[in-house]
Amino acid sequence: MLSAIFVVLLFIIGIYCIMASYNLVRALIGLEILIKAVTLLIIAAGAKSGHLHLAQALVITVIVVEVVMITIAVGVVVGIHIHNNSLDVRKVRRLKG
Amino acid sequence: MSALLILVPFFSVLILNLPLKGIRKLAFGGAICLSLLQMAAVFIPDSAFWKINPHAFGSIFSFELSADSLSKVILFCIGLVSFSALFATRQTLKESAGRFNFINIILIAVAGMNGVALAQDIFSLYIYLEITAVSSFILIAFNRDILGLEGAFKYILLSGVATVLMLAGIALFMLIAGSTSFAVIHAVLLNHNKDFLISLGIGLFIVALFIKSGLMPFHGWLPDAYTAAPAAASVLLAGVVTKIAGVYVLIRILVSVISFSPAIKSILLFVGALSAILAAIAALTQSDFKRMLSYSSISQVGYIILGVGSGSVLGIAGAALHIFNHAAFKSLLFINSAAVECQLGSRDIEEMGGLAKQMPVTSLTSIIGSLSCAGIPPLAGFWSKLVIVIALWMAGFRAYAVIAVLGSILTLTYFLILQRKVFFGKPNAEFKDIKEAGFSLTFPALILAALIIGAGIFTPFILNRFILSFNSILGG
Amino acid sequence: MFLDLLSLILLVSAALWTVMTRSLLRSAIGLALTSAILTVIMFKMEANLAAVFELSVCAGLIPVLFVSVVSLTQPYTHQEILERMKSMFARFRLLPVILIGIGLILVLLGPHSQAKLPLPESGENTRFILWHLRQLDLLGQVIILLGGVFGVEVLFKERKKSA
Repeated sequence: MLSAIFVVLLFIIGIYCIMASYNLVRALIGLEILIKAVTLLIIAAGAKSGHLHLAQALVITVIVVEVVMITIAVGVVVGIHIHNNSLDVRKVRRLKG
Repeated sequence: MSALLILVPFFSVLILNLPLKGIRKLAFGGAICLSLLQMAAVFIPDSAFWKINPHAFGSIFSFELSADSLSKVILFCIGLVSFSALFATRQTLKESAGRFNFINIILIAVAGMNGVALAQDIFSLYIYLEITAVSSFILIAFNRDILGLEGAFKYILLSGVATVLMLAGIALFMLIAGSTSFAVIHAVLLNHNKDFLISLGIGLFIVALFIKSGLMPFHGWLPDAYTAAPAAASVLLAGVVTKIAGVYVLIRILVSVISFSPAIKSILLFVGALSAILAAIAALTQSDFKRMLSYSSISQVGYIILGVGSGSVLGIAGAALHIFNHAAFKSLLFINSAAVECQLGSRDIEEMGGLAKQMPVTSLTSIIGSLSCAGIPPLAGFWSKLVIVIALWMAGFRAYAVIAVLGSILTLTYFLILQRKVFFGKPNAEFKDIKEAGFSLTFPALILAALIIGAGIFTPFILNRFILSFNSILGG
Repeated sequence: MFLDLLSLILLVSAALWTVMTRSLLRSAIGLALTSAILTVIMFKMEANLAAVFELSVCAGLIPVLFVSVVSLTQPYTHQEILERMKSMFARFRLLPVILIGIGLILVLLGPHSQAKLPLPESGENTRFILWHLRQLDLLGQVIILLGGVFGVEVLFKERKKSA
């Protein structure tokens, strides 16, 4: 299926972005792109299998959940900025892995 | 009617936030009652309460929820750990407005976890898992200190990636089966076993769940998140959230949706053994109390996965028993660490020593918790580890059984080190005026310790019945 | 068919630009653009309701959130921007190469599936499914929104004493 290839490409963009970014907000944008990839996958799977309505119900729910998650992530990022005065990922290393 | 387990915490949060005078004071008492009721509710005998009840609320709402032995074990653990975490908030969160919010978020997390335990549909599983995850993010970042925020951010990113992988798996299952309910997918998968899309979906799902359980090599977020979280949040996280999010969902998926195949079993055994041993070794080198306990948690989850990987009824029953035991002894140990941190203001075990005289209750209960974790009879942990080792041996995975026993020895080692450095040995002059922690931290410790001892003594009597009840889960 | 391919290529290009552009503000706008293109693709697949949600939330609400975060945090000096430009290019230049490579591999050796597709669903529409069949999910959405409210209260409240 055609869209499957593009879903994989979007996945790669998202993961690469999370791993290679030096900025916390950019890492979140990478996560957002991953969610878009999965949204496309769900809709394409729904279209292909004839269950488009179920797929849409799922996507709507995922969007709601995603909004809450991003809101909280943004709250955490703002909090980090208040402490560090920067959004540099390299400065977020106080905890040893 | 089992929907009550989700609806009651949810409505409690709504009620507690009504603008009525004095209702906020009910928060702690109400939440404690809920956790006790939840623990009691698990013992309601098999009746209409637990079966799928499509027209429960006068045909307006229909929730597809149902519970079997595995779910009931988890539900009990949720009640137990939330009970302990709630008590911990009394001591560790001084400000009452903050404590009120904390208790509310714990209730939301409980609603989410109950939903995960009861769901019969992989998409509902995803949503309630997200509810639990979102509550955990907030709890970890609750104090808004830089360490908590860092831990929360790492957790958000990794958990987000795991969620995306899980959704991709759900999309593939929906493509093949046309539905997201367990029963339908199970029936379809029985016909289609070798297809590429199915293997991909299963693989994505399993990797996502490994990340969420904190198994090696995907454990990167766990020690940071557990250590940086406020003490009461660590109790909740270590005791039950990661078990639910990762291990329970993994078992549920393997048992109700995809059946065991040799490939899946070997992956589980390998990852389980890796986590059990490597995390135990890592725990040996830690100097922060909570960090050592976090690596210990990763190691114990490795044990649970070893039990699941054996693929037999005995193994899964052993894994479920270990989930319960881990909830008990890990919550106990985290409460002990909260008590020590509260009184001493430090978590560095190198600085401590000789606290046994000054903090007798904490010391005694921590010994019980440590010995149970290491699997020393007659404490409860011994039985679950024994069952897992026997299950591995009988399923023919002799090498893994030996590895499991080795892991136990390592566990005993690092706990002995912990005990010696913190509670025995030379006292540090700096801490000579320390007294025992307050009631809110000693009471749950005593209850958990008593439960561990009691479970250890009673398990051999009910073990047979317990294992038999898992027969139906694996399809008889 | 050709239009489908074009819109998918546009989608991936927009995502690539979002990720590789040097300014965070442009990234946020790129995210909105990517969501808009995804919305168009969803409309063409006849997923109308979901497309509307995607447009209003992911191309509206979320970029607004990101733009507000970016504006709340200190802007970089010109010197810092130039440095970041160089290091960003170095870090991200592999990405288009990887994408084209994997894209080609997938097209040429694309694994195929022989799976039998399920029966298509009988003519319900999305609203029916959401409100009648998936009530547990609806309850979950309400609970998570409640959780979000608490999250906002805990994380965004003004601190009375200094950090």
